[in-house]
Amino acid sequence: MSHHIVEVKDLAYKYPDGTPALNGVNFRITHGESVALVGANGAGKSTLLLHLNGFLTPQTGSVRIGDMPLTRKTLKHVRQTVGMVFQDPDDQLFLPRVYDDVAFGPTNLGLPSDEVRERVMSALELVGGAHLKDRPPYRLSAGEKRAVSIATVLAMSPSILVMDEPSSNLDPRSRRQLIHLLSKFEHTKILATHDMDMVLDLCTRAIVLKKGSVVADGTVQDILNDQDLLDSSGLEKPFCLQGCPICGIKTQQ
Amino acid sequence: MGSIGSSFFDIGHLDALSSKQTPVHRVDSRVKVLTTLCFIVVVVSFHKYDPARLAPLVIYPMAIMVIGRIPFSYILKKVLIASPFVLFVALFNPILDRNPVMELGSFVISGGFLSFTSILVKYVLTVSAGLALIACTGFDAICSALSGMGVPTAFTIQLLFVYRYIFVLGEEAARMARARALRSFGDRGMGIGVYGSMLGQLLFRTMDRAQRIHLAMMCRGFDGKIRYNSPKGICWSDWIFLGGWCGLFVLLRSYDFPAWLGRELGRLI
Repeated sequence: MSHHIVEVKDLAYKYPDGTPALNGVNFRITHGESVALVGANGAGKSTLLLHLNGFLTPQTGSVRIGDMPLTRKTLKHVRQTVGMVFQDPDDQLFLPRVYDDVAFGPTNLGLPSDEVRERVMSALELVGGAHLKDRPPYRLSAGEKRAVSIATVLAMSPSILVMDEPSSNLDPRSRRQLIHLLSKFEHTKILATHDMDMVLDLCTRAIVLKKGSVVADGTVQDILNDQDLLDSSGLEKPFCLQGCPICGIKTQQ
Repeated sequence: MGSIGSSFFDIGHLDALSSKQTPVHRVDSRVKVLTTLCFIVVVVSFHKYDPARLAPLVIYPMAIMVIGRIPFSYILKKVLIASPFVLFVALFNPILDRNPVMELGSFVISGGFLSFTSILVKYVLTVSAGLALIACTGFDAICSALSGMGVPTAFTIQLLFVYRYIFVLGEEAARMARARALRSFGDRGMGIGVYGSMLGQLLFRTMDRAQRIHLAMMCRGFDGKIRYNSPKGICWSDWIFLGGWCGLFVLLRSYDFPAWLGRELGRLI
């Protein structure tokens, strides 16, 4: 299933004001992998994500999604393959009713209305939001908004899920539910996040970005146990791997 | 600012009202939009010295609210919120136009006063009819009706998005105002200069958000059109609704009903 592959080669990008955001990023993510993209604020995570669905086109280097390079011509196909969940659900849910919002993508794909209805309902059921279908999005809680924005993407049956800070602004239980939900997906997943505990729960591989370059790419276990690497890239170990602040017992990994 | 913030969020209540099931809610949205449009045109077409003839037209918004079970107080509050603007528009009429046009016993009523009343009555009628329409139809249904009636998509999408994001914008503005109020003690920091830069901030934030929303739409295959659910066909009861109301409006426009009532009552007495 080669269409689940994401390949980024020598990708570099400078913002219009000259600030370099990415300097030669390389990685290849294969089918079914669950990859965390971690790095301090301003390390280039969001800029990288914007390249994966073609909002930014590579200034140098290339991005390949599946069998095709990302160009203007392949944009439509790429956007169908890569489902992008934004950090702020208010940017993603732009119609006055949840149902219409989830139906927006499938309708634009030109699917017949029966198929659209089916996809909308199954996407909403998958995220546990079927009862929200007639509600206006601005009336939902943060957790519900997040669930619905994931449903808007799932309804297009993407092969690759890209998420920017999926666990931000969620209360502990909503966050746990989200992790549980994401762990059930068999898509190729790319998560840009600061939530290291979620990385440990969900991902098998981590790519560490620092000042626009990849400084490490390996298994989550290796990377999260490399204290020097974490320190130099502005990251911390997940709480569950840190010592207990009350009883003082160090967890051994 | 708190009051502006809360009145923003209160708009959401209109949506809750639109999900009720009453005979008015079941009327096709295109028919309701057309009827309301007809109502507004008729109301506006009355002469400025003729506020009394507008009175019977109150029946339309009233009927919609009663049958649609929309609380009067809610619509009334919304009408009151915008009324200062209208008051300002009409304020100078009694001062500038002092022509005596009517005598009530020993009182002489000037043309300016009549046109002032006329503006206010027209405002109350049209705005309450518009609000009642939204409350018994739902904003998305109105946009889809408008686009079904041939209004260019650029306008209907704008409307839809203004309605969706006015909450987000209001919330953002309210947050900024709160942050400023918390750090400005007394009158300091509340000056007009700070307002300027706050508005600038808000504009930039809005532009950034617009860009992100556009991106989100592009990711889901947006091509300049929003495809609404195709509405159900217009049935005979819809035609009766449209014909009945429009007929009544035309009747009230062409016959001076209040004057006739006055004459008849006069004869009885």
